[in-house]
Amino acid sequence: MMKQDILIVGVGGQGVLLASELLSSVAMEAGYDVKKSEVHGMAQRGGVVSSHVRLGERVYSPLIPEGRANVLLAFEQSEALRWIHFLRPDGAAIINSKKLVPPIALLKGKGPAYPEDPVGGIRKRISRVFVVPAESIARELENPRIENTVLLGTLSCFLEIPGSVWESVITRRVPKGTEDVNLRAFRSGIERGRHSDGTRGTDAHA
Amino acid sequence: MKILLSGNEAVARGCHESGLHVAAAYPGTPSTEILENLVQYPEIYCEWSPNEKVAFEVAMGASFEGARALTAMKHVGLNVAADPFMSVSLIGAPGGLIVVSADDPGMHSSQNEQDNRTYAKFAGYPCIEPSDSQESKDFIGTALDISAEYDVPVLFRMTTRVCHAKGVVILGEPRKVPVKGFRRDPQKFVVLPNHARVRHVWAMERLKNLRLLAESTSLNRIEKGNEIGVITCGISYQYVKEVFPEASVLKLGMGYPLPINKIRLFASTVKKLFVVEELEPFIEEQIKANSIVCEGKLHWTNLGEFSPETVERGFIDAGVIRKNVMIPVRESVMPRPPVFCPGCPHRGLYYALKKFNAVVATDIGCYTLSVYPPLEVGDTCVEMGASIGVAVGIAKARGSGKGIVATIGDSTFLHSGMTGLLNAVHDGSGITVILLDNRITAMTGGQFEPGTGKTLAGKPAKPVELARICAALGVERIKVVDTYNLKQTQEVIAGEIELDELSVIITNRPCALYPPEIRKRIRRPPFTVELAKCIGCHTCFKVSCPAIGESDQKTGKGLTKSHMDPSLCTGCSVCSQVCPVGAIVSTGKGRAP
Repeated sequence: MMKQDILIVGVGGQGVLLASELLSSVAMEAGYDVKKSEVHGMAQRGGVVSSHVRLGERVYSPLIPEGRANVLLAFEQSEALRWIHFLRPDGAAIINSKKLVPPIALLKGKGPAYPEDPVGGIRKRISRVFVVPAESIARELENPRIENTVLLGTLSCFLEIPGSVWESVITRRVPKGTEDVNLRAFRSGIERGRHSDGTRGTDAHA
Repeated sequence: MKILLSGNEAVARGCHESGLHVAAAYPGTPSTEILENLVQYPEIYCEWSPNEKVAFEVAMGASFEGARALTAMKHVGLNVAADPFMSVSLIGAPGGLIVVSADDPGMHSSQNEQDNRTYAKFAGYPCIEPSDSQESKDFIGTALDISAEYDVPVLFRMTTRVCHAKGVVILGEPRKVPVKGFRRDPQKFVVLPNHARVRHVWAMERLKNLRLLAESTSLNRIEKGNEIGVITCGISYQYVKEVFPEASVLKLGMGYPLPINKIRLFASTVKKLFVVEELEPFIEEQIKANSIVCEGKLHWTNLGEFSPETVERGFIDAGVIRKNVMIPVRESVMPRPPVFCPGCPHRGLYYALKKFNAVVATDIGCYTLSVYPPLEVGDTCVEMGASIGVAVGIAKARGSGKGIVATIGDSTFLHSGMTGLLNAVHDGSGITVILLDNRITAMTGGQFEPGTGKTLAGKPAKPVELARICAALGVERIKVVDTYNLKQTQEVIAGEIELDELSVIITNRPCALYPPEIRKRIRRPPFTVELAKCIGCHTCFKVSCPAIGESDQKTGKGLTKSHMDPSLCTGCSVCSQVCPVGAIVSTGKGRAP
């Protein structure tokens, strides 16, 4: 049973915790021992959010050691950069193309500005970078709330968990009436994972 | 059956499996979810009490009745409940009493990182400490049994990482335990000095028996490995297993009293002994006091939360792991200080208050965030309810209450602000108290408070009215303001802080987030930025709303125009009131804010 460490990051309100919850359930149903841990900032909205998900035969620490995550899944570009030191040099970064500029970075002179080119900065450090335009995919599917599911689809390409487990958990966990659109979002996320790399994990969906 | 549970969820499940009857708490991160999950079990009476002291007393009373009781709080909450916590030591806990202390190493959402294991030693109670969700569930049952059997409250010490991390938990069957009923025994239950002196002897005898229990309990277990011995507890155990799986480990599920004989024996089987514990050298000092050689804080800091890295580096420092640790370089990215939600009623208040050069003693709640830029209002914050007392103290020392303000939320005021206000009336202070009445405990995730009008179980309750409380305490100047109306808010503040006379300003807008049904109720058509009118002055950024950002358009002078995210805007209108050119307008028709 492969040990897999996944760090999911984003901004409060984006659904990072929901996504890590779903991933953990999927992993447990696939027979893994799972631990998941996160720290949420003080406010309900707008703070930095990160969630550690660890799968394996037996998991001890709920925290992934720095430099050891197999996958970094970022819901926002600058957040990918903030947490990149958690990723192994040969790990994969899946990055939502979305940018969220915090209010304080808008006011000149009040603090540091939003990074110029977060994805570029990440490419300098690692080679396996997958940028997913989850927002526009969600828009095409006419449901802005399914960005997370798109990203989980891409993530699934890097884990050895059968697609059927993913789909059954998604069907059960999403709000009633949105099962179909979520499954479509999940599958279009898989497409993004396949097209960009395809070297590992993709055959789990075969 | 196996399910994924957080430590807090597992504690609730464990209570259900071990026949708990009564639970009382005041919300506090990271403990809040324990009660939120306990309330799903109809056989357990659950309540949000106004503060931790009252919660403790309710649970204590239930245990006097011979029921199994639990109270849960964050570490600093135990300071509030410290009086009954210490005194009940001489009485005991006939039915069983669990005090969950959820400590916050690293201060993720707290004002300090005190190590509450110290309290167990202080009061002479067993300290039981789980290290994951399965143990959180299993140990709570053991703790209840020990509590009832030894007639002693048990400090069930958790930390943020154990409370909030989720893990796989194997469930057990619920069992029923009868309530024994109260038996009159004034020698025991009435701590008059002559009774208490006798009871102190009894409590010392009890501690002796608990020391024997510590030697035999399965909560403390040895995992045989190589010749390096590690004594550890709580979350540190997981990190030790992660980074140094070869070591011999004595895992202490019961951190007080210590099994000194077991430790001595363990020490004799290893070449070198280490103690790995987060925060204070609580175990280390006791081991050393028993003349057993060990190393702990020499290699592991007493500051902050541990991680696999900190534990690994300690072993490297101690020379027992040989490894070149490559520390990955961090990228520097702008901070994201948490901000008020769109539609938050605090935004207008602090924006208005910023105009006055007042000294603002603030308090514990979402509104503490006003200290961050761009609002930067709030000069002191210490602990729950401190704002009023601090403002009075500043005013007394200065000789006038003019321009001295206390800001405090409804839940914090009812928790421990009322007595401060009573003092301000009684001793004639001229400060201005601003009560931010959003009718919820928002910071911890929206728990009901006595003004919400609902109990934890969702039953209707008579909501308390803050204005009537203030009047009853003797406050004569009481004003109510709508913080969605900046002009009115500013005028009222201006009128009050100019006087050296006690006044209370109550803000009356509800939280924009909780309870969830409120979101629909407060939501108005979103505002939008008329790009043709926007002059790119960025005044609207100063209200610090997540719904306002930059558009992709620029003015003739090259200034970026503003943009409103319609999915986030709740239509509160505060930004439209600060716009100097009227460029922010409602998309609804003819609506007054």
